[in-house]
Amino acid sequence: MMRSSRFAAVAALTLSVTVASAISASAAELPFDRVANGRYQAVLGDCAGCHTPPGGAPFAGGVALPTPFGTLVGANITPDAETGIGAWSESDFRNALKKGIGHDGVRLYPAMPYPAYAKMSDRDVSDLWAYLRSLQPVKNEIKSNQLPFPFNIRAVMIGWNWLNFTPGDFKPDPNKSAQWNRGAYIVQGAGHCATCHSPKTALGADKASAFLGGAVLQDWLAPKITNAPREGLGEWNVDDVTAYLKTGANRFDIASGPMAEVVTNSTAKMTDADLRAIAVYLKDLPGEAPKATPVAAGDPGMKAGAAVYADNCSACHGLKGEGQPRLFPQLAGNALTLQADATSLIRVVLAGSQGVGTQAAPTTPAMPSLAWRLNDAQVADVLTYVRNTWGNAAPPVAPGAVGKLRKALKSGS
Amino acid sequence: MARKLPAKDVVIVGLGWTGAILAHELTEAGLDVVAIERGPWRDTATDFNIGYVSDELRYAVRRDLFLQPRQETFTMRNASSQTALPMRDFGSFLPGTGVGGAGVHWNGHTWRFYPSDFNLKSHVTERYGAARIADLQIQDWGVSYDEMESAYDRFEYLCGISGKAGNINGTIQAGGNPFEGPRKRDYPLPPMEMTYAPTMFAEAARSLGYHPFPTPSANLSKAYVNPLGIAMGQCTMCGFCERFGCANYSKSSAQTTVLPVLMRKSNFEARVNCEVLHVNLDAAGKMAKGVTYIDVNGEEWEQPAEMVLLCAYGLHNARLMMLSKIGQIYDPQSGEGTVGRNYAYQTNAGIRMFFDDKNFNPFVAAGALGQTMDDFNGDNVDHGPLDFIGGAGVNCIPTNGRPIGNRPVPPGTPRWGSAWKKATKDNYLGSFGFSSQGSSYAARGNYLDLDPTYKDRFGRPLMRMTFDFPDNDIRMSHWVSDRMEEIAKALKPKQYVSARRNKSWNSVPYQSTHNTGGAIMGADPKTSAVNKFLQSWDVPNVFVIGASAFPQNAGKNPTGTVGALAFWAADAIRNQYMRNPGPLVQA
Repeated sequence: MMRSSRFAAVAALTLSVTVASAISASAAELPFDRVANGRYQAVLGDCAGCHTPPGGAPFAGGVALPTPFGTLVGANITPDAETGIGAWSESDFRNALKKGIGHDGVRLYPAMPYPAYAKMSDRDVSDLWAYLRSLQPVKNEIKSNQLPFPFNIRAVMIGWNWLNFTPGDFKPDPNKSAQWNRGAYIVQGAGHCATCHSPKTALGADKASAFLGGAVLQDWLAPKITNAPREGLGEWNVDDVTAYLKTGANRFDIASGPMAEVVTNSTAKMTDADLRAIAVYLKDLPGEAPKATPVAAGDPGMKAGAAVYADNCSACHGLKGEGQPRLFPQLAGNALTLQADATSLIRVVLAGSQGVGTQAAPTTPAMPSLAWRLNDAQVADVLTYVRNTWGNAAPPVAPGAVGKLRKALKSGS
Repeated sequence: MARKLPAKDVVIVGLGWTGAILAHELTEAGLDVVAIERGPWRDTATDFNIGYVSDELRYAVRRDLFLQPRQETFTMRNASSQTALPMRDFGSFLPGTGVGGAGVHWNGHTWRFYPSDFNLKSHVTERYGAARIADLQIQDWGVSYDEMESAYDRFEYLCGISGKAGNINGTIQAGGNPFEGPRKRDYPLPPMEMTYAPTMFAEAARSLGYHPFPTPSANLSKAYVNPLGIAMGQCTMCGFCERFGCANYSKSSAQTTVLPVLMRKSNFEARVNCEVLHVNLDAAGKMAKGVTYIDVNGEEWEQPAEMVLLCAYGLHNARLMMLSKIGQIYDPQSGEGTVGRNYAYQTNAGIRMFFDDKNFNPFVAAGALGQTMDDFNGDNVDHGPLDFIGGAGVNCIPTNGRPIGNRPVPPGTPRWGSAWKKATKDNYLGSFGFSSQGSSYAARGNYLDLDPTYKDRFGRPLMRMTFDFPDNDIRMSHWVSDRMEEIAKALKPKQYVSARRNKSWNSVPYQSTHNTGGAIMGADPKTSAVNKFLQSWDVPNVFVIGASAFPQNAGKNPTGTVGALAFWAADAIRNQYMRNPGPLVQA
């Protein structure tokens, strides 16, 4: 029959596309093992997170990054000579990645996390370069720098680097296992976890003293991910951390917000060995238990919060905050619930949030927005209740903090 | 003029239960699939938001999630001697629309039909003689229960159905339905915890020698992860199922069981708010070339495809075939033509009881949380001495205690005012009912065709429904109502009220959305529109999937069988059609 041809053509078509793109790059200079490792470096570094817009051509740029200083836009890093990095040399690329100095000496902003990428080995950077060279060139003009004066003057970064940036490769700790060192290499280097999870100085640099201690950005809290009890990964074991990074969900929680993108583009594609290495390293980072004492159950806000919880939250999260694996995050003993800063909690109650979906955990459950239904005091009360019941203890949430975030979310900032 | 789009392997009309299952199965097989849905996108957190999903006025009274007659309606009459008039409001039945279709706002009763339902004509003829069915037009399905078993099983496991098997590989299981056809394994989840009213009903039924069992439910008794890896929640028994979406991910629907995986696939695309006008055929009318649809801006598009799957609501499948000239429209005079043939419905009746000293807490409920007895269903009772064939399941499933709709008061109570309020207060907690879900057997004069007068907003003729309950079905329903009254008496209420099914069919009060037939399956192209694989006899690259394929309706809710037919058709397409496109059954 004539129609059978098209069904049979499906498999053949897929194949021919792959062949075509391989031919288009200069294949001879790019050995397979280097391109393959380079592609994996792009996964570790989550390059797609800033350089591949949703639904857009891979690595052709265009993702806007709001920063406290203004908006930066991820550049086109395909090998297009005019609009991408096609005219760059490998040493241009290495300088950009590890020193923040681009082609023609242009200073990069550290939204491009060169302070972390500086820790990458030259070999991995070289392989990443090989991989990017293998991509289909895409013509896509990007105006990366959309910062207001004076931050739009790239030379400002010379001074910033002098104050805040110490270049230097990753130095393994000989007293730790190879697995620990591999985890440290990824977390500090390509994985650039500190870019979100470390508190920032007024100049936007990582606070070295509070490495991975949690930070607020884009109205989300990137929580503490040291081994600190309660607030950090203290209650999670290595398998929990690995499952979270691999599938986006574990017995406590489901990734959403910016971390959902990281899981989708990056951690879900990492090898199991690397995820375990990351977990082993993070679990070895010391952290202190928070000194919070629970707000008394008889407190009027707690009582009001209990009523709000019963009516709005308990159907999914359970009367005891027990939740349900892969679907409704557990609230009792959940580190996110217990962060000193309640930004993410306020945000998900007001705006709702869609959990990440991965091949292994595809459900993509979502928290509905309750902003239209609960006023600032009710949101504050219910969160204070959730943070101080079932053995939880964390600072109460003030209605003013809810109002502030409500305003910010409305204005779209 | 319609603008032509790049071709796809498969275009699916309608993204409800069957559309989602077929899309998943065929994209797994590597095909490039687009589903075109005339209603909106619907998503749990946004559209079934926990904060407003229980807005009874919006969803149950104003029917927010349903198809509006302004978009498409039908004309109706009871007999071909009458002139049909359009339904300007839906009443008797409520078609769904939007992604997930009616599977969004169903109750969740998930049944298999009986083995004898599938070869009904042969079975009844053999046991009781052809004379018993002379005034009916019942037919065999062309497929057997045994062939359907694995498809049923897959739908039940996709959904996480909560129930108790009654027959595993021929061995009767205590606590299940002893009459059911053999299944290979038990349900994926145990039955839901029973509330008081169904428990009382079951005790009374048992005291009379009957065999009640927990209704198989798509409201989940426990947390579940389905074979696609999608997690579902435990039902909270909130009592907002029928007419509502589920906020808790605990009622099976395309949203909760298929779409999260389907929407991730690069070889699948859903286009919503796009209404298919017709299937396009080649000049000879022998092959489909794709569909023409109109988008939300009123732009017309042609979507070419190698295959077209009609996965809309059953009635709409039949109408799309008629509008597209796929097959010949049924003529009740000559008996010729197959599209529109054997339209059937559901023959329901109910009974309500009032007690002085009981508290049933009716608000603790779920759409399919209850007890059923099938002692009078299908051919489970010897029809030799009776004056009808067919039967009914008897269901005690108190689905809700919602404040607007659920105000049971004894007959004679004023319809408003203080006496009504007092009667509501006195009876709200102490009343419950049960009902019969009766078979609806095809008759020569019950059918669908195109209305000669009334047109839709695109100028296309509306579909005309000609239907009344056959005398056989009325006799069946009354006999079952007599038995139900015996059970009601055994429950010792202070009063019971029987609502019997009588002629003629009236399209105003709500009865059931179990409309079946119109594009029925079978072994003979003279009496069926599609073959046993749901493939059009006339245009072999069109498959028509849904309750439209039922040759007549059984005494059961249809969704379990509709879901199984989706898997059954998907298997035929994957394992046979894709290898060798063309008619899978030679006429």
